[in-house]
Amino acid sequence: MLFESLNKSIRENVMTLKVPGVQELRELLKQHFRYVPPVFITLLLLIGQLSFGILDSYLNLIVAVCTAIITEWLLSHFVLGIRKNLASAYISGISVGILIRSPMVWPYVITSMLSIMSKYVFRYRGRHIWNPSNFGVSWMLFMAPMDVAGLSIQWGSNFLALIVIWILGLVIVNRARRMHVTIAYVVSFVILAYVRSLITGDTFMAEVAPITGPMYQLFIFFMITDPATTVSTRRGRILVAILVACVEFFLRLDSFIYAPFYALFIVGPIARFIDLKIHQPKPVAQIA
Amino acid sequence: MQEVKKIPWLVTVVIFTFLLVFTAFSSRKNLLHGEKNMVQKQEAIQRFGFYLEPVNKQAGIDFRHLPPELDPKLKHIEPQIASMGASVSVVDFDQDGWDDLFFTSSRQGTQDALYRNLHNGKFENVTNQVGLENLNDSATGVSMGAVWGDYDNDGYPDLLIYKWGRPELFHNDHGKRFVNVTDSSGLPQWVNANCAIWFDFNNDGLLDLFIGGYYSEKLNLFHTSTTKVMPESFRYANNGGRKYLLENMGNGKFKDVTEQYGLNSTRWVLGAGAADLNGDGYPDLFIADDYNVNELYINDHGKKFIEVGRQSGIGNIPKSGMCVTFGDIQNTGKIGIYNTTITEKGVLVQSNNYWQPTDESSANRYPQFVNLAQLAGIDDAGWSYGAQFGDLNNDGYQDLYVANGFISAQKGTSYWYDYAKVTSGNKAIIEDARNWPAMNGKSQSGYEHDKVWLNNGDGTFKDISYQIMPDMTYDGRAVAMADLWNRGVLDVIVANQNNIPLILKNDLQLHHHWIEFDLRGTISNADAAGAEVLVEWSGKKQIQVLTDGCGFSSQNSHRLHFGLGDSTQVDRVIIKWPSGKITTLVHPQIDMLHVVREPK
Repeated sequence: MLFESLNKSIRENVMTLKVPGVQELRELLKQHFRYVPPVFITLLLLIGQLSFGILDSYLNLIVAVCTAIITEWLLSHFVLGIRKNLASAYISGISVGILIRSPMVWPYVITSMLSIMSKYVFRYRGRHIWNPSNFGVSWMLFMAPMDVAGLSIQWGSNFLALIVIWILGLVIVNRARRMHVTIAYVVSFVILAYVRSLITGDTFMAEVAPITGPMYQLFIFFMITDPATTVSTRRGRILVAILVACVEFFLRLDSFIYAPFYALFIVGPIARFIDLKIHQPKPVAQIA
Repeated sequence: MQEVKKIPWLVTVVIFTFLLVFTAFSSRKNLLHGEKNMVQKQEAIQRFGFYLEPVNKQAGIDFRHLPPELDPKLKHIEPQIASMGASVSVVDFDQDGWDDLFFTSSRQGTQDALYRNLHNGKFENVTNQVGLENLNDSATGVSMGAVWGDYDNDGYPDLLIYKWGRPELFHNDHGKRFVNVTDSSGLPQWVNANCAIWFDFNNDGLLDLFIGGYYSEKLNLFHTSTTKVMPESFRYANNGGRKYLLENMGNGKFKDVTEQYGLNSTRWVLGAGAADLNGDGYPDLFIADDYNVNELYINDHGKKFIEVGRQSGIGNIPKSGMCVTFGDIQNTGKIGIYNTTITEKGVLVQSNNYWQPTDESSANRYPQFVNLAQLAGIDDAGWSYGAQFGDLNNDGYQDLYVANGFISAQKGTSYWYDYAKVTSGNKAIIEDARNWPAMNGKSQSGYEHDKVWLNNGDGTFKDISYQIMPDMTYDGRAVAMADLWNRGVLDVIVANQNNIPLILKNDLQLHHHWIEFDLRGTISNADAAGAEVLVEWSGKKQIQVLTDGCGFSSQNSHRLHFGLGDSTQVDRVIIKWPSGKITTLVHPQIDMLHVVREPK
């Protein structure tokens, strides 16, 4: 998730702020940086909830967040023997609460658990290779279709809130120095939507429609850009974004509704694995 | 790099693997989703004591619904748009003591059908004889449903046919013929309606009308100049049809009081039900909205309606509201509300609702509800439309029938991907039919089996859909229940889109007792629509409300049926009439129909 990535990148931005008079704020942010990403995603959640009502139930969200935090605390303590910052678990929990839909509570518990546990189970060179919420959400959407659905068609079309989310998202990816990932993916998606329209015979508007919806806004701003699970070079990240769009292109031709999640689920860890194999991992303040 | 501790890591891997397997297994093996093995009729009777047997042929009902033909500009998604119109209403139109059936068809040039009950297990199509022929054409619109109500209190139920077009009102001339009185009635000129009910909102003894618009009334779907006819959002669409609250003036005319009474929203109405939900003696209105949240209008003593959906708890989560019906699944003596929605595995998990009034209701200004559908096990049906409660095995607890299935076209195909693609888009894309991919004969939530849930008597239900009736996967729309053959047993009638209806005769072989009531208003409206009957027996109590239209495009029998199980005595029956009068029957005879007249 993009918010999960902000630890490093925003810290860098905060460190380089040059506007006079913000020194105190800069210091404050530096000291309490761990709270910035959770605040961002909470803000987004609030905007979505107040304008669209994106949550079907506060209970489900609370359950997802609490489960993620408890799981992270237990696993970091017992598996790694450290006390980990729980901000990333909070963010993963919120992501789960937003991205899946179920009338039951248990899928939120299990999706959060799977998301966090995937970080501890699938590790290479001391790093996890899947974006946690991408793993949990993709697994549940694909393997438990009787119990959960995605956010796909369950959001409104309020222009004002939409604009706010786009602006916020762009500001955040820019701050996170991942704008090139977002742009590479969006441009690829639009071009491939046109190609799909030639193949399927559906209108270009029909093919491009999903990117105007909420699932994609979360995906392009907050999931595909996650530094913890993206590769280390700018060129590599652009290549990965294009590859994700290409895999999604084929999945869409085969009528996979949650194609972007699945594409990232497939491409992300492979790219991450290769990247870790080639480049010795740098110490990163891990959030996700 | 952080080193993992091996034993905790292995434990984590085991738990993780278990969760992966569990989640996959729960969906694939239907671990949590009931039994789907078909059984033979005799086995079903042995297990459950009854069986729902289709008897169309024996009953002489050969009706078949056909959908409307739309403007060529909408042809590419015509099955999507023209997906409704199969309705059924139960009425004793000639007041001979036997329930008759009315079905609507929706294709231009096809006939609706009134079937008279011949008392011998058979029905006779009398549509032409009574003057109800030729109601479907592009000029005046096509039938979407029908509701019967005695608007002039002459003892014979009159007929409103709501259409995608001009609503038509027929006066029942003593059960012999019907006279079209639309021109002088003051009804609107054009409504694209999929819902209408009769109810007396001001308790003046005259039945009023509620008609809910689906597509905007500005559209003529048979000759349209625009393709911007679709909902503007999947969750928050407000570009549907307007509502009509039509006050019965008592002289055969109806006055549009919609704005005055505050029913101003333009959501996509698919169902409405009227019942006194706050106990103030006036019928409130629950409206099921597609593409938006449902609405609950509290009747402020017949002077105006106040929408309290959010405050009451029922109007918070936008789902596809498809129908509304009333029940009392736990025998609490309180009216609960069942509201169907859409569930398609992996795409959309909305789940149906059962709104149970909470104990605090009387202390609050507005009634409060809690959703018990999931706990009761009546939430997961499919692409649901109509639903009705009724005690199918006369054990004293209301069971539930839900009609399922949207579009059954080519097997093995699905339009869901295309649907999700366009409906996830922005308003500018979704509302224009041109952007919708062509259906090209694809199915969408097709070939679904209807649901039959048996009440266990402990607040939960058992899914017996695949055991209690043959394997049939029509696209179910309207459901009605009636004791069609005066046996003290509830039968089920289902109207299916683009197909034959199902006349499901209930072969009940349990020797449970029952009691039925046929209410006749004198001060209240003659139908006694809105009356409540509370039956108390053996420490149990069950409430039912008499409606002139509820569910999806359907109307149940005018008689209220109560199963009594093994009990041989009813302690007390309390009838609350719309006028406020109360009738109490002590130890009424069981296993019979009671015709009860309101005291003057």
